[in-house]
Amino acid sequence: MAMAGSGLKTVHLNLPASTADLRKLEIGSVAYLTGRVFTAREGVYKHAIEDGAGMPASRETLGLANFHCSPAASINADGSHTVGAVTATASFRFARWLDGWLKLSGCNIIIGKGGMTSDIYRNAFVPNNAVYLTTVGYGTGALLGRGIKRVSGVYWAKELGLAQAAWVLEVENFGPFLVESDLDGKSLFERENEKIAPGLAKLYEGTRPATLRRYGETDNKTDEVI
Amino acid sequence: MIANSALERTAFELMTKAAIEIPDDYLAGLRRCADTEKGDLSSFVIQAMLENYEAAKEDRRAMCGDTGLPRWYVKIGNEARIEGGPVALETALRRATATATHEVPLRPNRVHPLWRTDHNNNVGINAPEIEYAFHPDADWIDLTTVHKGGLFGSDYRMLFPGDGIEGIRRFYLDTLIGFGKRGLACQPAIVGVGLGGSKDTSVVLGKQASCLRVVGSRNPDPKIAALEDELKEIGNSIGMGAMGFMGSSMVVDCHIEVGYCHTGGMPMSVHMFCLSSRRSTARLYPDGRVEFRTDPEWFTDYSRRSTVEWAQPMAEAAE
Ligand code: SF4
Repeated sequence: MAMAGSGLKTVHLNLPASTADLRKLEIGSVAYLTGRVFTAREGVYKHAIEDGAGMPASRETLGLANFHCSPAASINADGSHTVGAVTATASFRFARWLDGWLKLSGCNIIIGKGGMTSDIYRNAFVPNNAVYLTTVGYGTGALLGRGIKRVSGVYWAKELGLAQAAWVLEVENFGPFLVESDLDGKSLFERENEKIAPGLAKLYEGTRPATLRRYGETDNKTDEVI
Repeated sequence: MIANSALERTAFELMTKAAIEIPDDYLAGLRRCADTEKGDLSSFVIQAMLENYEAAKEDRRAMCGDTGLPRWYVKIGNEARIEGGPVALETALRRATATATHEVPLRPNRVHPLWRTDHNNNVGINAPEIEYAFHPDADWIDLTTVHKGGLFGSDYRMLFPGDGIEGIRRFYLDTLIGFGKRGLACQPAIVGVGLGGSKDTSVVLGKQASCLRVVGSRNPDPKIAALEDELKEIGNSIGMGAMGFMGSSMVVDCHIEVGYCHTGGMPMSVHMFCLSSRRSTARLYPDGRVEFRTDPEWFTDYSRRSTVEWAQPMAEAAE
């Protein structure tokens, strides 16, 4: 389901993806996924790595694509699941666990919102042959909800609660996503920031720094708040 | 008398509409962005969002997986009478919020700030927020719900008269650029600016300006209206579009609301209402009629009055 009129390259990936598959991904390409993904965020990371609990299930059961998300979902009385809309949560907050997590889980695709810094890509993603895909918008929750065909398991719901649990999702043409980092650790967001930066000085003509400064404030327009 | 059951039923309906149906004025504004956007990545994002709104309506599912923080704005006509009084009204709004969270479903986002206790219904201490306003010569009640998303995209700053328009421009740009990178604000957004008041008033006015005025509306003060146009324009000339990619789609519209402030200061707030600009309004009459709309009509000549006494503007009085 490629978007009409977009000149962007579109890739359909079957999961789990091989390193050779990932090698073909270029930053700024559109990706759709078919196969198995699982949700895991700070709750799972902390429990698996810091509490030493290990992985909630085998690599075959969970898959190798980790989605930073808490679905708008519920567990029904008969044990089945209802998933409404899903939207990724901002990933930069989880950066500190990533190196340990990629080694422990074997994941080679991280899906989330807004990406991380290229430092993290170089130091944690590249050595583990992993890429980062970002959701789009970021409000495309209804489209993503459509791509989820089935929930095949929920792990650590009791330990961590529904929002933080590991949800295993069987997906089909799940997307759209944009390739934010490739196997070399390049970042699409940082590339775009660099393109925008040179125009900013002109824009700030006709403005004046506030009389009252704030602690921790920076005046470097190429800085980011993350 | 406006029946309590009608209030609860209507509030539930509003919660559902807000979560699923993007308001027409925002949709039209985003389509205009789609027509003028030249950045290929930013265009792609906007196109995906337009398809997402369709999918949400077709499937009757929430447009965004983060269903935000549901809150209420209540405007009460001076002659309106509510069955059970204001306490019954607040109970009806809390019930509707809880029921809709289970039935739409919405994400139970509301937790205790320290203990992270989640009632799984978006209701808790001081939640949902309910803000009130009043209206002369009216026997109806307007209920508006806003499902405000986004941990990013709002900021406050104490400026001073000497900072002037140049200081306003600077703080506005700082906020848009800071939160626009990587699309943390989920732009293109309706940007609200609150100017003046005391600190809390400034923040409230900015939020109301972004969430409760429709795209295309202008402040009745022509000089403020011109500043709204200017700020919209410079926001779209940052060079940044959707998700912080190169482009021109940052601001769908800019709204400014003002309040009289301390003679020494000029407090300012900036708020961004995201790609899921969710709001829905209904007017309930004592005879049982209910009219749904997407324009909250929150700001009026009455709410913006600057005099001691309320005197109807001449034009309206002559009608
Ligand atoms: S800011 Fe708005 S569009 Fe973005 S994730 Fe939150 S609710 Fe959705």
